[in-house]
Amino acid sequence: MIGATLVGIATSAIRLATPYLYAAIGEALGQLSGVLNLGVDGIMLMGAFSGFYVTLLTGHPTLGLLAAVGTGGLMGLLMAFVSVTLQAEQGISGIGLYLFGLGLSTLLFGMTVGTVKAVAGFPPTPIPGLSQIPILGEILFSHNPLVYGAFALVPLAWFVLNKTPFGLKLRAAGQNPLAADSLGVNVIRVRYVAVIIGGILSGIAGASLSIALLNVFQQNMTNGMGFIAVALVYFGGWRPLGVLAGAMLFSTVNAIQVWLQVQGVDIPSDFALMMPYVITILVLASMARRRIHVPAALNKPFERGGE
Amino acid sequence: MMRKIGFVALVLVMVDLISLGAPFRVAVILPSTINDFAWSQSMYEALMAIQEEMGEENFQFVYSENMYVIADAAAAIRDYAAQGYDLIIAHGSQYGSSLVDIAPDFPKTSFVWGSTAQTFTELGIHNIFAYAPHAEEGGYVNGVIAALLTKTGIIGGIGPIKTGDAKRYAAGFEKGIKDTNPDVQVNYTFIGSYSDVALASEAARTFVNAGADVLTGTAQMTVGAISVAKEKGITWLGYDVDQSPLAPKTVAASIVVDWTVALKPIIAMIREGKYGGEILPLTFANGGLKLVLNDAALEGKLSPAEIIELKALVWETLRKIVSGEIIIEVE
Repeated sequence: MIGATLVGIATSAIRLATPYLYAAIGEALGQLSGVLNLGVDGIMLMGAFSGFYVTLLTGHPTLGLLAAVGTGGLMGLLMAFVSVTLQAEQGISGIGLYLFGLGLSTLLFGMTVGTVKAVAGFPPTPIPGLSQIPILGEILFSHNPLVYGAFALVPLAWFVLNKTPFGLKLRAAGQNPLAADSLGVNVIRVRYVAVIIGGILSGIAGASLSIALLNVFQQNMTNGMGFIAVALVYFGGWRPLGVLAGAMLFSTVNAIQVWLQVQGVDIPSDFALMMPYVITILVLASMARRRIHVPAALNKPFERGGE
Repeated sequence: MMRKIGFVALVLVMVDLISLGAPFRVAVILPSTINDFAWSQSMYEALMAIQEEMGEENFQFVYSENMYVIADAAAAIRDYAAQGYDLIIAHGSQYGSSLVDIAPDFPKTSFVWGSTAQTFTELGIHNIFAYAPHAEEGGYVNGVIAALLTKTGIIGGIGPIKTGDAKRYAAGFEKGIKDTNPDVQVNYTFIGSYSDVALASEAARTFVNAGADVLTGTAQMTVGAISVAKEKGITWLGYDVDQSPLAPKTVAASIVVDWTVALKPIIAMIREGKYGGEILPLTFANGGLKLVLNDAALEGKLSPAEIIELKALVWETLRKIVSGEIIIEVE
């Protein structure tokens, strides 16, 4: 009984962590290149809507995912144009992008679909062989493809950031853009690429809700997840493994509080709902003294020959 | 002579405006959208029904959706009042304090809000009505149905925030189950949000993992839970509107709130010059609550004989609620 409960909570936590992982790793890439994008939640909503709508029209969640990738990329391009080329204040333009995504996804949904509808999204796809492993098989290998993708993204992002020339350029653009520029790195282009990839991942984060985990779309369905994702980037110290740890901590506590309430454990529901946030803050506070490497040029526009 | 004709014409125009031509104009503030398959949609459908009945030339309404920010809602309420609408519907218990602020400034405009049982006459305000669905009655009937449908003996409920309608419904639901079969285990969880579809869905999955085979819930975020119920092949019992179109084989019953039962008397009172001070209940007895059973879903869960038995007990329950033999207390 205890075993089954723990498996249930762990499986639940893996599912809950999925959208946060995509969005937070995408956001980490942008921030490491020097761009703070607070529009993640808006991009997620646009990704969720476009993925949902294309899946509804075509019946193919793969096409829906492509639509979310395209929409997320375009939203990322918009953010990059405003913050990198036009050098607008990043925090404000990100909030603008969020409100734009929130409003546009609501408007488009109202105009096209109009009412709550379910779609046939990505089905659960247990991995043959691995899903037969006792306990771990159910926790890790009995999900839908977008859940696997989110966890595969962690080592992939680590590899790109630490072991490839592009990763080096990206971090250089965020640490010391002038030095990077003098060494021949095209800082503007690197930042564009990083923010667009971040947008694509946020779009997938939204789609993971609308065509994989929930299979419905609703106005403002992300419910502020994009902002939690931005917080997880700081929590994780701009490292993919740190983001993974933060996302899993938050989701596990969330899964536990849902489970406690479902079991009828007599704790006030308001207290249970606070738990994920309180524990995340406590852990963050306890680690405040560790050395974290804030990208030195975060939030600072770059201009060739400037300063 | 000309002046006299002009005067008569003017009087005629005025009479016409008052009694014949001027349509009754309503503005409604909705916290979510008119197609949320829940709270706001039920109000929109009621207004459409009244318009159908009275005719578009006699009844017109406008609405503002997604007014979950109370400050925005208050601004909209004041704007509508300034534009001279006859009745302004603030469809959510979160809007009450705004009405206390605004209503005294527009004594010839009538306001209604809910679900609650407060009209603020004690503050000297006489142009606020209130409507109060007895959600606990609906919850009780769904509880009886849930107890008859469950095979595992485990039932779950998913609510938004433990207050108002959601709390009354949950209390009725639990009592309906206990009165029908005390051995059934029921837990009701509140996820703290009207909009967090993902968390509602996760709560539903956790219930299924714990063995639940019948789920219910209120408010618009439950679409996430209905989607899980559909995927897992278990039963969902709905509230606010008929939710069976969302998942025809999953939603076995819905309690539909028919707001016209409150709105029609309010319109009549306003026309007679009474602008507020009344609380209008919505119950099974007055038709404000209705039960919609979905045979397509029931047939997948029960044998024909069991369905007949279920319907007999459900109608008997409704009769007892209407006659007052069953009284559901809510703290």
